[in-house]
Amino acid sequence: MTFIHSTLGHLGRGTITTVRELGRVAIFSCHATLLIFTYPLKLRRIVEHLYFIGVKSVLVVSLTAFFTGMVLGLQGYYTLSKFGSEGLLGSAVALSLIRELGPVLTALMVTGRAGSSIAANIGAMRISEQIDALDTMDINPTKFLVAPRIAAAIISLPFLTAIFDLVGIFGGYISGVIMLGVNPGIFFSGIETSVGFNDIFGGLVKPLFFGFVIASISCYRGFNCNHLKPGVKGSEAVSLATTSSVVIISVIVLVLDYILTAFLI
Amino acid sequence: MKKKSTEILVGIFVLVGLICIAYMTIKLGRLDIIESDSYTVIAKFESISGIKKGANVEIAGILVGRVTKTYLDMEDQVAVIEMSIGNEVKLGDDVIASVKSTGLIGDRYINLTPGGSEDFLQNGDSITETEASVDLMELISKYAFGAVE
Repeated sequence: MTFIHSTLGHLGRGTITTVRELGRVAIFSCHATLLIFTYPLKLRRIVEHLYFIGVKSVLVVSLTAFFTGMVLGLQGYYTLSKFGSEGLLGSAVALSLIRELGPVLTALMVTGRAGSSIAANIGAMRISEQIDALDTMDINPTKFLVAPRIAAAIISLPFLTAIFDLVGIFGGYISGVIMLGVNPGIFFSGIETSVGFNDIFGGLVKPLFFGFVIASISCYRGFNCNHLKPGVKGSEAVSLATTSSVVIISVIVLVLDYILTAFLI
Repeated sequence: MKKKSTEILVGIFVLVGLICIAYMTIKLGRLDIIESDSYTVIAKFESISGIKKGANVEIAGILVGRVTKTYLDMEDQVAVIEMSIGNEVKLGDDVIASVKSTGLIGDRYINLTPGGSEDFLQNGDSITETEASVDLMELISKYAFGAVE
Protein backbone atom coordinates (compact mmCIF):
# COMPACT_ATOMS: atom_id res chain seq x y z
CA MET A 1 0.00 0.00 0.00
CA THR A 2 2.73 2.43 0.97
CA PHE A 3 4.63 1.37 -2.16
CA ILE A 4 1.70 2.32 -4.39
CA HIS A 5 1.32 5.58 -2.50
CA SER A 6 4.93 6.53 -2.91
CA THR A 7 5.03 5.55 -6.61
CA LEU A 8 1.91 7.54 -7.43
CA GLY A 9 3.21 10.42 -5.38
CA HIS A 10 6.48 10.36 -7.28
CA LEU A 11 4.69 10.33 -10.64
CA GLY A 12 2.39 13.16 -9.64
CA ARG A 13 5.22 15.25 -8.27
CA GLY A 14 7.22 14.76 -11.46
CA THR A 15 4.28 15.77 -13.63
CA ILE A 16 3.51 18.85 -11.60
CA THR A 17 7.15 19.94 -11.64
CA THR A 18 7.37 19.48 -15.43
CA VAL A 19 4.16 21.35 -16.15
CA ARG A 20 5.15 24.13 -13.79
CA GLU A 21 8.54 24.41 -15.46
CA LEU A 22 6.95 24.53 -18.93
CA GLY A 23 4.59 27.26 -17.77
CA ARG A 24 7.45 29.25 -16.29
CA VAL A 25 9.47 29.02 -19.50
CA ALA A 26 6.45 30.10 -21.54
CA ILE A 27 5.67 33.07 -19.33
CA PHE A 28 9.33 34.05 -19.12
CA SER A 29 9.89 33.97 -22.88
CA CYS A 30 6.59 35.64 -23.81
CA HIS A 31 7.26 38.37 -21.27
CA ALA A 32 10.76 38.90 -22.62
CA THR A 33 9.50 38.94 -26.22
CA LEU A 34 6.93 41.60 -25.39
CA LEU A 35 9.62 43.64 -23.65
CA ILE A 36 11.54 43.86 -26.95
CA PHE A 37 8.88 46.22 -28.25
CA THR A 38 8.39 48.37 -25.15
CA TYR A 39 9.90 51.81 -24.83
CA PRO A 40 12.83 52.49 -24.67
CA LEU A 41 13.82 50.25 -27.56
CA LYS A 42 17.27 48.92 -26.78
CA LEU A 43 18.48 48.92 -30.38
CA ARG A 44 22.11 49.41 -29.43
CA ARG A 45 22.02 46.32 -27.21
CA ILE A 46 20.31 44.30 -29.94
CA VAL A 47 23.14 45.26 -32.29
CA GLU A 48 25.71 44.16 -29.71
CA HIS A 49 24.07 40.75 -29.43
CA LEU A 50 23.64 40.52 -33.20
CA TYR A 51 27.41 40.87 -33.34
CA PHE A 52 27.87 38.12 -30.79
CA ILE A 53 25.21 35.66 -32.00
CA GLY A 54 25.27 36.47 -35.70
CA VAL A 55 28.61 37.79 -36.88
CA LYS A 56 30.76 35.60 -34.68
CA SER A 57 28.86 32.48 -35.83
CA VAL A 58 29.43 33.11 -39.53
CA LEU A 59 32.78 31.35 -39.64
CA VAL A 60 31.74 28.18 -37.84
CA VAL A 61 28.44 28.04 -39.75
CA SER A 62 30.18 28.46 -43.11
CA LEU A 63 32.74 25.81 -42.25
CA THR A 64 30.03 23.32 -41.23
CA ALA A 65 28.01 24.20 -44.33
CA PHE A 66 30.94 23.75 -46.67
CA PHE A 67 31.76 20.27 -45.46
CA THR A 68 28.10 19.25 -45.19
CA GLY A 69 27.62 20.27 -48.81
CA MET A 70 30.79 18.45 -49.85
CA VAL A 71 29.76 15.22 -48.18
CA LEU A 72 26.24 15.49 -49.63
CA GLY A 73 27.76 15.84 -53.08
CA LEU A 74 29.99 12.83 -52.49
CA GLN A 75 27.31 10.56 -51.01
CA GLY A 76 24.68 11.71 -53.49
CA TYR A 77 26.99 11.07 -56.40
CA TYR A 78 27.74 7.48 -55.42
CA THR A 79 24.06 6.70 -54.77
CA LEU A 80 22.73 8.43 -57.88
CA SER A 81 25.41 7.05 -60.19
CA LYS A 82 24.03 3.56 -59.51
CA PHE A 83 20.93 4.64 -61.42
CA GLY A 84 22.82 6.69 -63.97
CA SER A 85 21.10 9.84 -62.80
CA GLU A 86 24.02 11.99 -61.63
CA GLY A 87 22.15 14.87 -63.24
CA LEU A 88 19.90 14.98 -60.18
CA LEU A 89 22.86 15.68 -57.88
CA GLY A 90 22.32 19.44 -57.90
CA SER A 91 18.69 19.23 -56.89
CA ALA A 92 19.40 16.54 -54.27
CA VAL A 93 22.10 18.66 -52.61
CA ALA A 94 20.15 21.93 -52.84
CA LEU A 95 16.82 20.55 -51.65
CA SER A 96 18.22 18.66 -48.68
CA LEU A 97 20.24 21.71 -47.65
CA ILE A 98 17.49 24.28 -48.08
CA ARG A 99 14.67 22.25 -46.60
CA GLU A 100 16.29 20.47 -43.69
CA LEU A 101 20.01 20.53 -43.11
CA GLY A 102 20.46 24.28 -43.38
CA PRO A 103 17.96 25.32 -40.70
CA VAL A 104 18.72 22.45 -38.32
CA LEU A 105 22.50 22.40 -38.49
CA THR A 106 22.68 26.18 -38.25
CA ALA A 107 20.47 26.07 -35.17
CA LEU A 108 22.62 23.34 -33.60
CA MET A 109 25.86 25.21 -34.30
CA VAL A 110 24.44 28.43 -32.87
CA THR A 111 23.20 26.50 -29.85
CA GLY A 112 26.66 25.14 -29.22
CA ARG A 113 28.41 28.45 -29.76
CA ALA A 114 26.01 31.14 -28.59
CA GLY A 115 23.36 29.28 -26.54
CA SER A 116 25.89 27.84 -24.12
CA SER A 117 27.62 31.16 -23.63
CA ILE A 118 24.32 32.99 -23.07
CA ALA A 119 23.40 30.52 -20.34
CA ALA A 120 26.84 30.75 -18.73
CA ASN A 121 26.94 34.54 -18.98
CA ILE A 122 23.53 35.12 -17.42
CA GLY A 123 24.10 32.33 -14.90
CA ALA A 124 27.34 33.97 -13.75
CA MET A 125 25.50 37.27 -13.39
CA ARG A 126 22.90 35.52 -11.27
CA ILE A 127 25.32 33.86 -8.87
CA SER A 128 27.40 37.02 -8.51
CA GLU A 129 24.15 38.84 -7.69
CA GLN A 130 24.50 41.28 -10.59
CA ILE A 131 20.90 40.56 -11.61
CA ASP A 132 19.74 41.46 -8.11
CA ALA A 133 21.82 44.62 -8.38
CA LEU A 134 20.01 45.53 -11.61
CA ASP A 135 16.72 44.98 -9.84
CA THR A 136 17.83 47.21 -6.99
CA MET A 137 18.69 49.97 -9.45
CA ASP A 138 15.18 49.68 -10.89
CA ILE A 139 16.45 48.28 -14.20
CA ASN A 140 14.26 45.43 -15.41
CA PRO A 141 16.77 42.57 -15.82
CA THR A 142 14.53 40.76 -18.31
CA LYS A 143 14.32 43.86 -20.49
CA PHE A 144 18.02 44.58 -20.11
CA LEU A 145 19.48 41.07 -20.48
CA VAL A 146 16.98 38.73 -22.08
CA ALA A 147 14.92 40.75 -24.58
CA PRO A 148 17.84 41.94 -26.75
CA ARG A 149 19.25 38.43 -26.91
CA ILE A 150 15.95 36.97 -28.08
CA ALA A 151 15.57 39.70 -30.70
CA ALA A 152 19.13 39.22 -31.92
CA ALA A 153 18.72 35.44 -32.16
CA ILE A 154 15.45 35.70 -34.10
CA ILE A 155 17.01 38.20 -36.51
CA SER A 156 20.32 36.46 -37.04
CA LEU A 157 19.22 32.83 -37.49
CA PRO A 158 17.52 33.27 -40.90
CA PHE A 159 20.56 35.13 -42.20
CA LEU A 160 22.92 32.45 -40.92
CA THR A 161 20.70 29.79 -42.49
CA ALA A 162 20.76 31.57 -45.85
CA ILE A 163 24.56 31.74 -45.67
CA PHE A 164 24.62 28.04 -44.70
CA ASP A 165 22.47 27.06 -47.69
CA LEU A 166 24.53 28.91 -50.27
CA VAL A 167 27.91 27.86 -48.85
CA GLY A 168 26.61 24.27 -48.67
CA ILE A 169 25.54 24.32 -52.31
CA PHE A 170 28.99 25.67 -53.15
CA GLY A 171 30.51 22.74 -51.21
CA GLY A 172 28.33 20.33 -53.17
CA TYR A 173 29.52 22.02 -56.36
CA ILE A 174 33.16 21.55 -55.33
CA SER A 175 32.81 17.83 -54.61
CA GLY A 176 30.24 16.97 -57.27
CA VAL A 177 31.31 19.07 -60.23
CA ILE A 178 34.98 19.81 -59.73
CA MET A 179 36.08 16.58 -58.05
CA LEU A 180 33.67 14.02 -59.52
CA GLY A 181 32.99 15.57 -62.90
CA VAL A 182 29.22 16.14 -62.97
CA ASN A 183 28.35 18.62 -65.71
CA PRO A 184 28.13 22.09 -64.10
CA GLY A 185 25.28 23.25 -66.33
CA ILE A 186 23.19 20.23 -65.40
CA PHE A 187 24.10 20.69 -61.73
CA PHE A 188 22.85 24.29 -61.62
CA SER A 189 19.84 23.86 -63.91
CA GLY A 190 18.79 20.91 -61.69
CA ILE A 191 18.90 23.27 -58.69
CA GLU A 192 16.94 25.97 -60.50
CA THR A 193 14.20 23.69 -61.77
CA SER A 194 13.67 21.70 -58.57
CA VAL A 195 13.88 24.34 -55.82
CA GLY A 196 10.56 26.14 -55.47
CA PHE A 197 9.58 29.21 -53.55
CA ASN A 198 7.85 27.04 -50.94
CA ASP A 199 11.09 25.22 -50.16
CA ILE A 200 12.93 28.46 -49.52
CA PHE A 201 10.06 30.00 -47.58
CA GLY A 202 9.84 26.93 -45.32
CA GLY A 203 13.61 26.91 -44.94
CA LEU A 204 13.60 30.52 -43.75
CA VAL A 205 10.56 30.34 -41.43
CA LYS A 206 12.02 27.50 -39.36
CA PRO A 207 15.09 29.49 -38.22
CA LEU A 208 12.83 32.19 -36.75
CA PHE A 209 11.36 29.62 -34.36
CA PHE A 210 14.76 28.06 -33.69
CA GLY A 211 16.24 31.45 -32.84
CA PHE A 212 13.45 32.12 -30.38
CA VAL A 213 13.90 28.72 -28.74
CA ILE A 214 17.69 29.02 -28.50
CA ALA A 215 17.69 32.46 -26.90
CA SER A 216 14.69 32.05 -24.60
CA ILE A 217 15.66 28.68 -23.15
CA SER A 218 19.33 29.48 -22.63
CA CYS A 219 18.36 32.79 -21.01
CA TYR A 220 15.80 31.05 -18.82
CA ARG A 221 18.23 28.39 -17.65
CA GLY A 222 20.89 30.96 -16.88
CA PHE A 223 18.45 33.35 -15.26
CA ASN A 224 17.12 30.67 -12.91
CA CYS A 225 20.31 28.66 -12.47
CA ASN A 226 19.99 28.72 -8.68
CA HIS A 227 16.67 26.87 -8.81
CA LEU A 228 17.38 24.25 -11.47
CA LYS A 229 18.18 21.49 -9.02
CA PRO A 230 17.68 21.58 -5.28
CA GLY A 231 20.96 22.01 -3.48
CA VAL A 232 22.98 23.01 -6.54
CA LYS A 233 24.28 26.55 -6.09
CA GLY A 234 27.09 28.76 -7.24
CA SER A 235 29.51 27.78 -9.99
CA GLU A 236 28.08 24.28 -10.12
CA ALA A 237 24.67 25.78 -10.95
CA VAL A 238 26.20 27.76 -13.82
CA SER A 239 27.79 24.68 -15.33
CA LEU A 240 24.51 22.78 -14.93
CA ALA A 241 22.59 25.59 -16.63
CA THR A 242 25.06 25.62 -19.51
CA THR A 243 25.07 21.89 -20.26
CA SER A 244 21.38 21.36 -19.66
CA SER A 245 20.38 24.28 -21.89
CA VAL A 246 22.50 22.98 -24.77
CA VAL A 247 21.03 19.48 -24.45
CA ILE A 248 17.44 20.71 -24.07
CA ILE A 249 17.68 23.17 -26.95
CA SER A 250 19.21 20.58 -29.29
CA VAL A 251 16.39 18.14 -28.57
CA ILE A 252 13.71 20.81 -28.89
CA VAL A 253 15.19 22.03 -32.20
CA LEU A 254 14.97 18.54 -33.68
CA VAL A 255 11.45 17.89 -32.39
CA LEU A 256 10.26 21.34 -33.45
CA ASP A 257 11.80 20.78 -36.87
CA TYR A 258 9.61 17.74 -37.37
CA ILE A 259 6.49 19.57 -36.21
CA LEU A 260 7.19 22.63 -38.36
CA THR A 261 7.90 20.47 -41.41
CA ALA A 262 4.61 18.66 -40.92
CA PHE A 263 2.80 22.00 -40.80
CA LEU A 264 4.66 23.66 -43.66
CA ILE A 265 4.26 20.89 -46.22
CA MET B 1 35.96 53.11 -31.93
CA LYS B 2 35.19 49.63 -30.66
CA LYS B 3 31.46 50.24 -30.86
CA LYS B 4 31.73 51.56 -34.41
CA SER B 5 33.52 48.48 -35.70
CA THR B 6 30.92 46.23 -34.05
CA GLU B 7 28.16 48.11 -35.83
CA ILE B 8 29.95 47.92 -39.16
CA LEU B 9 30.45 44.16 -38.79
CA VAL B 10 26.78 43.66 -37.89
CA GLY B 11 25.85 45.78 -40.90
CA ILE B 12 28.00 43.62 -43.18
CA PHE B 13 26.48 40.47 -41.65
CA VAL B 14 22.91 41.63 -42.19
CA LEU B 15 23.72 42.79 -45.72
CA VAL B 16 25.34 39.46 -46.64
CA GLY B 17 22.38 37.58 -45.12
CA LEU B 18 19.90 39.69 -47.07
CA ILE B 19 21.83 39.16 -50.29
CA CYS B 20 21.83 35.38 -49.70
CA ILE B 21 18.07 35.36 -49.00
CA ALA B 22 17.34 37.54 -52.01
CA TYR B 23 19.51 35.42 -54.27
CA MET B 24 17.81 32.24 -53.11
CA THR B 25 14.25 33.52 -53.44
CA ILE B 26 14.69 35.23 -56.79
CA LYS B 27 17.21 33.04 -58.58
CA LEU B 28 16.51 29.62 -57.11
CA GLY B 29 12.92 30.03 -55.94
CA ARG B 30 11.78 31.51 -59.26
CA LEU B 31 9.79 34.18 -57.51
CA ASP B 32 8.44 35.92 -60.57
CA ILE B 33 8.56 39.57 -59.62
CA ILE B 34 6.98 40.67 -62.86
CA GLU B 35 4.00 38.38 -63.13
CA SER B 36 1.79 40.48 -65.36
CA ASP B 37 3.52 40.30 -68.74
CA SER B 38 2.04 36.96 -69.68
CA TYR B 39 -1.28 35.68 -70.95
CA THR B 40 -3.27 32.58 -70.11
CA VAL B 41 -4.49 29.92 -72.51
CA ILE B 42 -6.32 26.71 -71.66
CA ALA B 43 -6.13 23.29 -73.25
CA LYS B 44 -8.23 20.16 -72.77
CA PHE B 45 -6.53 16.77 -72.68
CA GLU B 46 -7.76 13.20 -72.55
CA SER B 47 -5.11 12.58 -69.90
CA ILE B 48 -2.46 14.79 -68.35
CA SER B 49 -1.04 12.15 -66.03
CA GLY B 50 2.20 13.46 -64.53
CA ILE B 51 1.60 17.15 -65.24
CA LYS B 52 1.46 19.28 -62.13
CA LYS B 53 1.05 22.93 -61.37
CA GLY B 54 4.31 24.65 -62.25
CA ALA B 55 5.26 22.21 -65.01
CA ASN B 56 7.17 23.72 -67.92
CA VAL B 57 5.60 24.71 -71.22
CA GLU B 58 8.12 24.50 -74.05
CA ILE B 59 8.33 25.23 -77.74
CA ALA B 60 11.16 23.40 -79.52
CA GLY B 61 12.80 22.78 -76.15
CA ILE B 62 12.75 26.43 -75.09
CA LEU B 63 10.86 27.35 -71.92
CA VAL B 64 8.05 29.77 -72.80
CA GLY B 65 5.64 29.41 -69.88
CA ARG B 66 4.32 27.38 -66.97
CA VAL B 67 1.22 25.39 -66.11
CA THR B 68 -0.72 27.46 -63.58
CA LYS B 69 -3.73 25.26 -62.87
CA THR B 70 -5.04 21.78 -63.59
CA TYR B 71 -8.59 20.62 -63.04
CA LEU B 72 -11.21 18.16 -64.25
CA ASP B 73 -13.95 19.24 -66.61
CA MET B 74 -16.89 17.20 -65.31
CA GLU B 75 -19.06 17.86 -68.38
CA ASP B 76 -16.71 16.43 -70.98
CA GLN B 77 -14.76 14.18 -68.59
CA VAL B 78 -11.47 15.62 -69.71
CA ALA B 79 -8.52 17.21 -67.93
CA VAL B 80 -8.09 20.95 -68.38
CA ILE B 81 -4.87 22.85 -67.85
CA GLU B 82 -4.31 26.56 -67.68
CA MET B 83 -0.90 27.82 -68.72
CA SER B 84 0.60 31.26 -68.65
CA ILE B 85 2.68 32.09 -71.70
CA GLY B 86 5.06 35.04 -71.93
CA ASN B 87 3.69 37.96 -73.94
CA GLU B 88 6.58 37.88 -76.37
CA VAL B 89 5.50 34.41 -77.56
CA LYS B 90 2.69 34.50 -80.14
CA LEU B 91 0.74 31.28 -80.65
CA GLY B 92 -1.30 30.62 -83.80
CA ASP B 93 -4.73 29.13 -83.20
CA ASP B 94 -3.69 25.84 -84.83
CA VAL B 95 -0.91 25.17 -82.29
CA ILE B 96 -0.71 21.55 -81.06
CA ALA B 97 -0.20 20.94 -77.33
CA SER B 98 1.16 17.58 -76.25
CA VAL B 99 2.29 16.03 -72.96
CA LYS B 100 5.90 14.90 -73.19
CA SER B 101 8.43 13.66 -70.70
CA THR B 102 12.18 14.09 -70.39
CA GLY B 103 13.55 10.55 -70.53
CA LEU B 104 11.89 7.46 -69.11
CA ILE B 105 11.46 8.62 -65.52
CA GLY B 106 11.92 12.33 -66.12
CA ASP B 107 9.60 15.24 -65.44
CA ARG B 108 6.51 15.71 -67.61
CA TYR B 109 6.08 18.94 -69.55
CA ILE B 110 3.81 20.46 -72.17
CA ASN B 111 5.26 20.77 -75.65
CA LEU B 112 3.70 23.23 -78.07
CA THR B 113 4.16 22.66 -81.78
CA PRO B 114 3.42 25.88 -83.69
CA GLY B 115 1.25 25.74 -86.78
CA GLY B 116 1.05 28.12 -89.73
CA SER B 117 -2.03 30.13 -88.81
CA GLU B 118 -1.97 33.91 -88.90
CA ASP B 119 -4.65 34.23 -86.17
CA PHE B 120 -3.05 34.45 -82.74
CA LEU B 121 -4.50 33.14 -79.49
CA GLN B 122 -5.63 35.82 -77.03
CA ASN B 123 -5.80 35.74 -73.24
CA GLY B 124 -8.29 33.05 -72.17
CA ASP B 125 -8.49 31.28 -75.54
CA SER B 126 -8.22 27.53 -75.69
CA ILE B 127 -5.95 25.28 -77.70
CA THR B 128 -8.06 22.83 -79.68
CA GLU B 129 -5.42 20.39 -80.90
CA THR B 130 -4.05 18.32 -78.03
CA GLU B 131 -2.19 15.03 -77.63
CA ALA B 132 -2.60 13.13 -74.36
CA SER B 133 0.35 11.72 -72.44
CA VAL B 134 1.63 8.35 -73.55
CA ASP B 135 1.17 5.72 -70.88
CA LEU B 136 4.29 3.63 -71.18
CA MET B 137 2.91 0.79 -69.06
CA GLU B 138 -0.15 0.57 -71.29
CA LEU B 139 2.02 0.37 -74.39
CA ILE B 140 4.09 -2.41 -72.86
CA SER B 141 1.05 -4.38 -71.80
CA LYS B 142 -0.46 -3.98 -75.26
CA TYR B 143 2.74 -5.36 -76.71
CA ALA B 144 2.99 -8.20 -74.20
CA PHE B 145 -0.64 -9.32 -74.02
CA GLY B 146 -2.15 -7.92 -77.22
CA ALA B 147 -4.56 -5.03 -77.40
CA VAL B 148 -8.18 -5.43 -76.39
CA GLU B 149 -10.18 -5.05 -79.60
